[in-house]
Order: sequence, then C-alpha cells, then structure tokens
Amino acid sequence: MFRFGLGPRPDEALPRPAEARDALLGQLARPPQTAWPDMPSSADTLRRHIEVMTEMSAGRQQAGDVARVGRNVMVLELQHRVRLAVATETPLIERLVLHWANHFTTAAANRAGPFIGPMEREAIRPNMLGRFEALLVACTTHPAMLIYLDNRSSIGPNSAIGQRRRRGLNENLAREVLELHTLGVDGGYTQQDVVELAKVLTGWTVRIDLSDVPLDRRIGFEPTMHEPGPKTILGRRYAEDGPGQLRAVLRDLARHPSTARHVTRRMVRHFVGEGAPPALATELAALFRRTEGDLGAVTRALVSHEAAWTTPAAKMRPPVELVMGAARVLGNPAPRPPAQRALAAMGQTWNLTPSPAGWPEEDDAWASPEAVKTRLDWAIEVAGTTARVDARALAEAAFGDALSTETRRALARAASGGQALTLMLMCPEFQRR
Amino acid sequence: MPSNAIGRRAALGGLSALFAWSFAPRLSSAAGARDPRLLVLVLRGGLDGLAAVPALGDPDFDASRLAPELRAAGATLPLDATFALNRNLPALHAMYTAREALLVHAVASPYRSRSHFDGQAVLEAGVPDLVHGGRSTGWLSRALSALPRGERLPPPRGLAISSTVPLILQGQAPIETWQRQAFRYADDDTIARLLDLYEARDPTLAEALRRGAGLDGVGMREVEGDEPPAAMRSDFAADARAAARFMALPDGPRIGAISYGGWDTHANQGSVDGQLARNLAALDAALAALREGLAPVWRETVVAVITEFGRTVRMNGSRGTDHGVGTVALLIGGAVRGGRVLADWPGLAPARLFEGRDLAPTTDIRQVMQAVLAEHLGLDPRRLSNEIFPASANLPRLRGLVG
Repeated sequence: MFRFGLGPRPDEALPRPAEARDALLGQLARPPQTAWPDMPSSADTLRRHIEVMTEMSAGRQQAGDVARVGRNVMVLELQHRVRLAVATETPLIERLVLHWANHFTTAAANRAGPFIGPMEREAIRPNMLGRFEALLVACTTHPAMLIYLDNRSSIGPNSAIGQRRRRGLNENLAREVLELHTLGVDGGYTQQDVVELAKVLTGWTVRIDLSDVPLDRRIGFEPTMHEPGPKTILGRRYAEDGPGQLRAVLRDLARHPSTARHVTRRMVRHFVGEGAPPALATELAALFRRTEGDLGAVTRALVSHEAAWTTPAAKMRPPVELVMGAARVLGNPAPRPPAQRALAAMGQTWNLTPSPAGWPEEDDAWASPEAVKTRLDWAIEVAGTTARVDARALAEAAFGDALSTETRRALARAASGGQALTLMLMCPEFQRR
Repeated sequence: MPSNAIGRRAALGGLSALFAWSFAPRLSSAAGARDPRLLVLVLRGGLDGLAAVPALGDPDFDASRLAPELRAAGATLPLDATFALNRNLPALHAMYTAREALLVHAVASPYRSRSHFDGQAVLEAGVPDLVHGGRSTGWLSRALSALPRGERLPPPRGLAISSTVPLILQGQAPIETWQRQAFRYADDDTIARLLDLYEARDPTLAEALRRGAGLDGVGMREVEGDEPPAAMRSDFAADARAAARFMALPDGPRIGAISYGGWDTHANQGSVDGQLARNLAALDAALAALREGLAPVWRETVVAVITEFGRTVRMNGSRGTDHGVGTVALLIGGAVRGGRVLADWPGLAPARLFEGRDLAPTTDIRQVMQAVLAEHLGLDPRRLSNEIFPASANLPRLRGLVG
C-alpha cells in the first residue's frame, strides 16, 4: 500500500493481504501508457522554446519572461502528476516513475526543466519494465539529460566543428553515466574511461539556440560534432560507428556485473530501505545478470520477495510521496497549499534536485527536526484548506487494521476535525513505509 | 513571512527553553575566558579557486584560460604580489584589508578522483580515503564531541542550516537543524498532541518534532519591513543571517555548518560576469551577513569556507570547467590572523599541473582545519590527528592561523 504505492484512496476497497501481492503483479502486467494527448512532447517543448527565444530576440519578451514560461511548464507538469497520483489505478507504476526519474536525475538547470516531463513520458515510462539497456539509452540520449549534464555543448576536438571552433569535450554526462547510472562509483572505471566515454558521447546534442536549423534536425546525433575514431572503455575497443558507438558502449555497460549490483541496490534502498536483508539485493542482482537486465523480471521479483513484505516500515516517505499520498487519500487532485509550494518548503522542490545523485534515500533522510516540524506546519495548512472531512472515518477506511490503537485514540480525542486530519496526515502509519 | 515568529514558543512549557540544552559556561578550561564560534560553509559542486583568487602574478597566468576574463581592468581587487581577488567578493576584500580574512590556496582534501559525491564524503568525513575511513560520521561532529567542557553540563550541540543534517555534522554529537519557514507555524496544542502520539509509537519522530518546534522562534527573528538590498536576498545570505542569529545568542550553538550548491560550472562559467560571478557575489553577501550578524562576537569567530575540489586549469568544450583538484579555502573572522594568502604555490605551468590538468594541491585541507580546531577551539593535537582526522599524524602542522 505504501511501500509499493502511494497510499490508500478511501473509495477503493483495501486489498486483503493475501491478494496484495497479486494486485501489484497485476499492475506490472498492464501495458504502459504511451499516448499523452494533453502533455507536451520533447518536440513540442523545443518548438515552444524556439518561439519564445525568437520573441525575445525581437524584443517582445524579456529574459525573465522566458524563465517564467519554463517555470509555468514545470508547475503544470507537477499538477498533472498530482492528478495522476489521485486518479491512478496503478500507483506502483507512478512510484516506479519517481524511482527511475531519481536514478536518472535531471533538474531544472541549464534550461533542461521543461524537458523533464517529456523525458518521463518518452524515456522512462516506456522502458522502465523492459531492458535496462533500452532505458539507459533512452535516458542518456534524451534532451533533458543532454542539456542538464552539458552534453549538448560537448564537442569532439577533432570533429569538423571542433576543428573549426576550437572547442572541446565536456566530461559531465560521461562521469555521471558511469558513476550514478551504471557501474557505481566503485564499479571499476578510471578517469581515462570517463574521457573516452565523453568522446563517445560527443555529437549527441540538442540545438536550443536561435539558428536556422530545422526543428526535426535539432535533437539527436550530429556527426559534425562527434569525435572520430575508435575509443577504448573498460579495456574494450569500440570501432567508430557514428551513433552506433554509444549504443555499443551502453549495451556493454548495461550488462556489466557492477551495473547489476548498483542498479538493484538502488532499487532495494528506495523501495524497501536500509532494513532489507542483504540477500534481497544479491538475489535481484543475480536475476538482473541472468536476464541481461530485464527490469520487468527484477521488479516482479522485488515485489514478490518475502523480505519486501516482512521488513518493517522504517523509511520516511519523501515529501513528493507525502504530497501525492495526501492528495490521494483526500481525493483532491488540486491540493492546497499547492504541491510546488509544499515540496519546496519540505526540502524537495520539484525538478530542483540538488545534484545528479538524486534525492537522499536513507531511511531517516527526511526525519530531521526541521523536516518533521515543517511537515506538521504543512499538514495543518492542508487540514485548514480541506472541506469538512471526518478524519476518523477516513482513517478507518484508508488504513483498516493497520491503524494503531494510539493513532485511533489520538484522532478520536482531537479538539477539532481539522486537528484530527492533521494528526492523521502526520501519524507514523502515514509518514513511514 | 509569519508575523508571530518572535518568541512563539514562550508559552509552551516544557518546550520553551530554546537552548536550555546548550553548553552554558563555554569552553572555559581549555580555551581560557574565550567563547569561540566556528561556522563551516561547504560549497558543493567544486569551487573554481583559480577564478575566485586568481594568481595574476604567475608567469603562466596570461597563457591560461583565466587571463581573458580576469586580466581585464576592474576584474579583480588587489591582494598581494601574486594573488588578486575576484571583483565579486568586495566584502571579503574588505575583511582581508582589515586582516580578518586568510586565504589558503592550492589546497585540497586528500581525495584525488573526481566524483562530487565521494569528494564531499572525504571532505566532510575528514578521512584519508573512503576505503579505510568509512563515511558515516563527520569531522565537525567528532570535533564537537571532543570539545572540552565543564562537569555536569549537557553535551554541546551543533547547528545545521538545512532541512537535513549534512555528513560533516553527522555522528554522536547532537545537532539542531533549521531552515527558512514557508508556512504558518503549527499551534502548540497540535504539537503537544502529535508529540504524545510519537512518544508512544515513534520515538525518533518524537525527538525530531520536539527539537524542530523549539528552534523556530530564533531563526525567523526577521526585522519586519526591513528588506535587505538585492544581493542580500539570496538564499545563501538569508541562511547566513539565520546562522549568525543562532550563534550570536549567549546560550546558542557554538559550532555550525551551512552548505550552498551551484559551484559545478561545467558550461558558460562566467567568472567575472556570469554564473560563477553571481555565485561569488552570493557568497560575498553571505560573508557580509555573517560579519554583521556576528559583530558582537566577531573577535571570537572563525568562519571556514571549504569545497570538495577545484576545477580544471583549462577550459572545457562548453566555456566551462570540469572537475579538478587544487582550489582555495577561506578563513574569516575576528579571531583569524588574516590579511594574507597562505600558499605554497605550485604554479600554472603545464608541467606543474596535477595529472597535466589540475592545480596541484600543496596544502591538505585537514591541515587547515586541524590548525583551526587546535588554535581556536583548544582541541588536543593528538586527538585531532587520530580520531577527528583519522590517520593524519603524518601531515605537517600548520601554526598561527588563528589567535
């Protein structure tokens, strides 16, 4: 309910414990949603970006307006995600999106912000239950990633453009691919591997400048920026093959034992937490290797594993899950205070991840005095702006037998309906998973 | 901005004594009659020390990427024959002139690879490397635990200006966290009821809530209708002002940490006018806010500014810089023997660079912090080189940085 979901929705019957596992497997068996008619694609976002830039150069918009357009897009994306969290029949899917978006962190820096939503829909959702290799390729080459980690301006020194413009490599994306997305920092690569991968990555770009390059040629592999020649990574030589060179490298990285270990360890840490028995990650890593990175199989094994059901709920829900979970339990797709303000106050500003390593994942990362107190201030505002709700009935419907005697008593004795709702949002059952 | 911020906890009985737990008669034994404060600013992302404190007097400076921007008229403020200060740091320059700022150049943690996350872990854990040191506790926390104190006093506490405790302050020593407030404060009755529930079901959250509720009153003591000028409105300066308020209190914390990101300037770095320039200006505003907020205790204050690593000597392909090694560290405060740049300068000549690309480090950041902890807080040098900075006994001792 919480470990692999977004918490209860009172109009849904609570699944019986025996059926909970099958219900999760059922969610995973559904085909992913691929059409998002109301939401922008990368191409839409790029077109809009160029329009705004054109207006700015014509003096009709100021730089501040451009930044505001970008922020508005991200607020709309967050509102969309909260509505989805309330409406979804597949909350595990939404949680997986949050996890993989954090594994492949992008953030609103360097103008990447408006592309983050498209990256979730185009790169993460279609691939997160397929092969890790496909997910890795899709995320590494997505405009959001290419912009966020500066690859769009990384130029092979010996490429046609590099020779003409005397510009060169940017190591940023290459390093994070190795350190964060695949092998892990102890995964056995060197500075030389970072430089070589940076060379392989040259040419993968997004043209967000004002030039006469047509829109359909602005995203993707640009041969005139690509460092020509063979490259050697982790002792293996990759012949020059244009865009195929990166795919060949990522295929091998995706199948590397260090990647299996790193990727599954991050999954266990996110979903089960520090109390998970070491065997869980070991088994998942072995399965990852055996299936050549079949994330569907790994995810099914994770939610089916005994340890996922017996490890105590000790991990604080990060603010984004809390805000989505509150909207869901209250059936309110447009919560007050607005989600972006709530997340900023609680330290998890939407799309402003502090570093490419993503949000912290320690069980108590969000349990500091300041964080807990701010959650309470937030809960009081939520309760104060929610129309009359009987928190006692809501808690019974939402938690059922999982409600502790103490929480039940605190709700029953609350001085007001609003206070009861505050206490329900703040009770340990709602805060930890 | 909440208007009921001042003294809001006063009526809250058991929660009312804001810093009742903090150590009252100071470090009387070891530090004499002084009451020293130490605040550490961690700049996350890798500060380009070469652009913040450029070596204009280096014979190879003019051939470097730094010259076009920093050689320009008005781009720097003068320091000494070799070094100048980026013009976006005027408050720091004033402190340097007043001998309250000591700049340490070509400094680095012992970390020699180029991952932010491991680099910060080594910097904050105070260990020689991650293999042997582990990364679970921070050196500032260990220093806090080792502070000399009178008998029958509660353990001293540290202060982190963030929603979570950064690694540098993680460990045995109790830490308070504080960040700027976005909502109206919770009412005391609800706090008390939730506290009851947490006491019964979740002691960790109970402890967190008790502390969180106790801290709000001080941090938000804003002067209403008195907005500071534009540069001061940066988040960093606001955090610095809050830290100064806490640490200036007679019974407030004496050791604290703030971190500030945004230094990872891979593209369009703009050292004098762009992105890095704005960050330096924000840092300068934060330093000015500390100077002002801690004025009554400035004589007894050291503020250390450190970062996980520096940046490449050459420009990368995107008019930015990639992760390097050697960089700069700052010590400011009335207790600092300032007005100088401390550097065993390795030079910018290509042959002198670390791995042919980075400023070669000649001073270990642990030497700097050991000197501060010994001279400012009176910590025993043997403990410093064993438990606070494990396996650092081989490092030469720096002297005369403070006092």
